[in-house]
Amino acid sequence: MGKLIVQRLGLGVVTLALVSVLVFAGTELLPGDVAAAILGQNATPESLAALREQLGLNAGPVARYLGWAAGIVQGDLGVSLANRQPVGELLWPRFWNTMALAGYAAVIAVPLAVGLGIASAAFRGSLFDRVATVVALATVSLPEYFLGLLLILFVSVQYGLLPSLADTWSGMGLAAWLEATTLPMLVLVLVTVAQIMRMTRTTVLAVMDQPYIETAYLKGMRNGRVVLRHAAPNALAPIVNVVAFNLTYLIAGVVLVESIFNYNGLGRFMVDAVSKRDLPMVQAAAMVFAAVYVVLNLVADVAAIALNPRLRHPRAKEV
Amino acid sequence: MTLPVFGRLPLSALLGLLIVTATAALFLFGPMLAPFGQEEVLGTPFADPSAGHLLGLDQNGRDMLSRLLYGARMSVGVSLAAVVISFCIGVPLGFLAALNGGWPDLIGARLIDVIMSIPVLISALVVLQALGSSLPVLIGTIALLDSTRVFRLSRVVAQGIVVMEYAEVARLRGEGLWWMLRREILPNALPPLMAEFGMRFCFTFLFVAGLSYLGLGVQPPFADWGGMVRDNQQGILYGLYAPLFPAGAIALVTIGVNLVVDWALAGRTTVQGENR
Repeated sequence: MGKLIVQRLGLGVVTLALVSVLVFAGTELLPGDVAAAILGQNATPESLAALREQLGLNAGPVARYLGWAAGIVQGDLGVSLANRQPVGELLWPRFWNTMALAGYAAVIAVPLAVGLGIASAAFRGSLFDRVATVVALATVSLPEYFLGLLLILFVSVQYGLLPSLADTWSGMGLAAWLEATTLPMLVLVLVTVAQIMRMTRTTVLAVMDQPYIETAYLKGMRNGRVVLRHAAPNALAPIVNVVAFNLTYLIAGVVLVESIFNYNGLGRFMVDAVSKRDLPMVQAAAMVFAAVYVVLNLVADVAAIALNPRLRHPRAKEV
Repeated sequence: MTLPVFGRLPLSALLGLLIVTATAALFLFGPMLAPFGQEEVLGTPFADPSAGHLLGLDQNGRDMLSRLLYGARMSVGVSLAAVVISFCIGVPLGFLAALNGGWPDLIGARLIDVIMSIPVLISALVVLQALGSSLPVLIGTIALLDSTRVFRLSRVVAQGIVVMEYAEVARLRGEGLWWMLRREILPNALPPLMAEFGMRFCFTFLFVAGLSYLGLGVQPPFADWGGMVRDNQQGILYGLYAPLFPAGAIALVTIGVNLVVDWALAGRTTVQGENR
């Protein structure tokens, strides 16, 4: 088991390195001159050449990549083209804002979704199961901004219960923070719960078709006990995978949600950087997003290995 | 009285087919049905719905219904083009990789694993940053990013087919590459690929609308549903329904396609399940 986990960790590091190559290639090697983009149409050839020199664009692509990657490894994310500030100072507060919002949503969504999924698998074919399936199908299809706008219209505008903009600042109290971020959290919960619930249901049902579950029923065990004692532990590893897979979706969905509610997070930071075509900011944000993605997948893999009863209690080595 | 074919359809599939047909009609004829031009300013911003303007006016005083009709062609067209291109790239390469194997297959699969380890939205943002957002760039970027998913699926499906007896017989018969692709793999891979096409379209449609909503997709002056939600969003703070019309249209199309795909997939899986 230990060896498997170390392998996965190594794979994660390799993936991150390859991702950095792709991000760099995507931003630097595509046609489109950074210097020309900064100076706009009024650029003279002399000023273009001077800026290229200053930005170090004259070095070869490999040398530039190595310089950039070395900086990232040491925590230096570069300097913003737009306002000449270090990217790290601008980026990390936004990153923690995003993580806080995503975490808030995950804390509500994951237990709710897994519980509902197990319940609808246990009562397969019942009215509850069918209603849950239809509702899940509907919310999966609804775009974030549709749900967000509906919530703003009814909750904020018509009843004035919660603010329509997620205004947060450093040093605000927890209660105020929760009040400001509850609507965006609700949107994220709505778009993730359905998916996790459906996949949990499928996973538990796959386990329920196993012979040992039939044996448990034939012993005369009751439905709830079979589901909780026999099916759930064996479905745990796949469920962890499902949850992690959908949490990665949460990370991407957060970009849209932050725009709807004007939340000061990494997603809006990256969208702003893209529309300003601020290269170092986009590169840094893309790397951070990709790193979160890879780390979440890694945690899921490791957790799945650790939770798999067959890997935890290995029998004699099979070939 | 309903046609005999429709008699067997579940209600949800019927609803889905209805929505998909209506969407196709809007895509083909939308701009012709529009009573006003997409750029015509007709009155005060956010005017209420009236007999002349069934859905009211938008944030610049343009007719909401007309812009929705124009936007249908843009939103559906961009997504459709991207999905078709991604299938034209992904399916042949996936089949070839499965048929030939070897190191190009291995390297391709690994490279695609890496690309897929970044969220699509983030990859798209990186490319749009470098190239700026224009229609060809938008369609090309989404098509290329999507083709990785299509490649992966068609490779897996074709790998399953290549090892079947009938494919082996064809190989032993000495059939060439083209025959193998055209006569053995394609017909058998078609059902899962069709379902994937529907799902990819849904995903791409939401994705294009999302990019436009972020201001990075279809650019003005063209009307498109995602961009319309963004432009009219201020209205919601005054309790107006304006941004809900395009957002609802996006939701409706997605639900429709999803229902059809669900029905197509459910039909297949129950048959397989019963044979078990």
